[in-house]
Amino acid sequence: MKMTTDEKVFGVINTVFMLFIIFITLYPFWYVIVASFSDNSAVLTNRGLMLLPKGFNFNSYAKVLKNHMIYTGYCNTIIILVCGTVLNLIMTALGAFVLSRKNLKLKKLLMIIVVVTMYFDGGIVPLYLVVKNLGLINTRWALMLPGLISTYNLVILRTAFEAVPASLEESAKIDGASALRILCWIIIPLSKPTLAVLILYYGVGYWNSWFSAMIYLKDRSLYPLQLVLREILISGSNTDMLSGADTEIQISETLKYAVIVVSTLPVLCIYPFLQRFFEKGIMVGAVKE
Amino acid sequence: MKTVNGNKKSKLSDNKYIKDIVQNREVYILFIPVLIYYVIFKYLPMTGTIIAFKDYIPARGVLGSPWVGFKHFERFFTSPRAWLVIRNTFKIGVANMVFGFPVPIIIAVLFNELRNKYFKRTVQSVSYLPHFISLVVVCGMIRQFTSEDGFITAVIAMLGGQRQSLLNVPEYFLPIHVISGIWKEMGWNSIVYIAAISGINAELYEAARVDGASRIRQIWSVTLPGILPTIIVMLILRVGSIISVGYEKIILLYNPIIYDTSDVISTYVYRTGLQQFEYSFSTAIGLFNSVINFIFLFATNKLSRKISDTSLW
Repeated sequence: MKMTTDEKVFGVINTVFMLFIIFITLYPFWYVIVASFSDNSAVLTNRGLMLLPKGFNFNSYAKVLKNHMIYTGYCNTIIILVCGTVLNLIMTALGAFVLSRKNLKLKKLLMIIVVVTMYFDGGIVPLYLVVKNLGLINTRWALMLPGLISTYNLVILRTAFEAVPASLEESAKIDGASALRILCWIIIPLSKPTLAVLILYYGVGYWNSWFSAMIYLKDRSLYPLQLVLREILISGSNTDMLSGADTEIQISETLKYAVIVVSTLPVLCIYPFLQRFFEKGIMVGAVKE
Repeated sequence: MKTVNGNKKSKLSDNKYIKDIVQNREVYILFIPVLIYYVIFKYLPMTGTIIAFKDYIPARGVLGSPWVGFKHFERFFTSPRAWLVIRNTFKIGVANMVFGFPVPIIIAVLFNELRNKYFKRTVQSVSYLPHFISLVVVCGMIRQFTSEDGFITAVIAMLGGQRQSLLNVPEYFLPIHVISGIWKEMGWNSIVYIAAISGINAELYEAARVDGASRIRQIWSVTLPGILPTIIVMLILRVGSIISVGYEKIILLYNPIIYDTSDVISTYVYRTGLQQFEYSFSTAIGLFNSVINFIFLFATNKLSRKISDTSLW
């Protein structure tokens, strides 16, 4: 197949544009990495782009790794992520299972009860008051229970459950298997790909979440990583991290960059392995209707 | 079974729903925890919105607090804040949509034109990356880069701008919000379109080529019409939620100096409700917000059903 000059020009422009996309996507990360290894004063006085570290050193990393809030944050996030996702999956599977049964007379009513919540919600203050009145303030439960089921995920899982051939259940039913048994031994094993996508959705949700922790938690030892990061990166109240007050401003610049690296590295390491799941996930979501 | 119950037919067991529940009790029992969740964390807050029409006093509870009618709504709508936050909500929502919506379509089409498979794969993977970075980190990066010593500020200064923290300049908030949003999500949002493009029949391209269509012509005549249904569905989704501007990103980026351009309804609800503890007032504004959101979603859906036969429900 021959290419005309026009097409060649188009191809070149397109490639250049793609290189531009790669650059604007990756450069901010590169800058963060470079700055985190640089000398504090060099970063402060640097004007414009920076391609390599200036005054290469590990000082800021030493500071970050000594910081107990980062560790605590990591631990709390992992606890909430693991426990929360397990609870999410159990509850979502139960709901999806019942709503995927074919012969239930009340199914339509239950479905309405569930789907209505996708369009109406009480807003943050009434939810806050419910959580408060239940006595969940300042507990990890406040971060998990209000989001126990995402209705969107429930609908996705229900679609997957409905796709399981009824004939497989029939034989189990004849053998006298209970509903719970059918769910655990037949339906769930056959819906693994969708469940993997949901684990990802819920897990990422917990990893990124900071707002509910901010409004529900008072005890700093319960703070998840993202809330610790917010304190350091956004509110700038990183006095906890620094001993000498006079060096505060100088340290905090490179320190912030190092904190970003330390908190984002795990995500970037896992990302290549999970990317395919994520892409599949977005398609699972797209065909839900 | 019928013969056992044959002679004493109570009315209750005749009801087909009761019968159904008894027959399928095993299945229904599994739904109980789910139902409890929805009642406590979805329906209880929903009914809790009645405090928008009351003066909520914690000690007296939602039901015991005195009714005050539309007092809180009146207070909101007569305050200058109201129009400011409503205007900002529309501005930010519309700007995000107008600039943010076409970008993923454009890059999906351009991805498709790349002939080198490995290069294509690489660019795609790279473009998805920012989606996986948490909002707190992204906003932290924005703050660093646009601070007085940040590299974006330096680049703007080189182009003739002033050397100052960009997030303290009211006019810059909107572009920062929109551009960072595009940066974070353009690759990710293109996945849907890439999938749609891969579903286009290859014979159509073949036929276009035989007819002597150039690659640009093929984009216009084959690719874009091929993904039009997807574009329409995504557009409806987007327009329907155009004014539900989220509070998380704004809370992480704004500061009192730029409230005039950055404060939106949802952030105002958060500040009045959870920082100043004016529960009823805040709930009233939140209720107003959900009502317009819903009207928008409903209207777009109705409109799209009329003109394109595509709708969400």
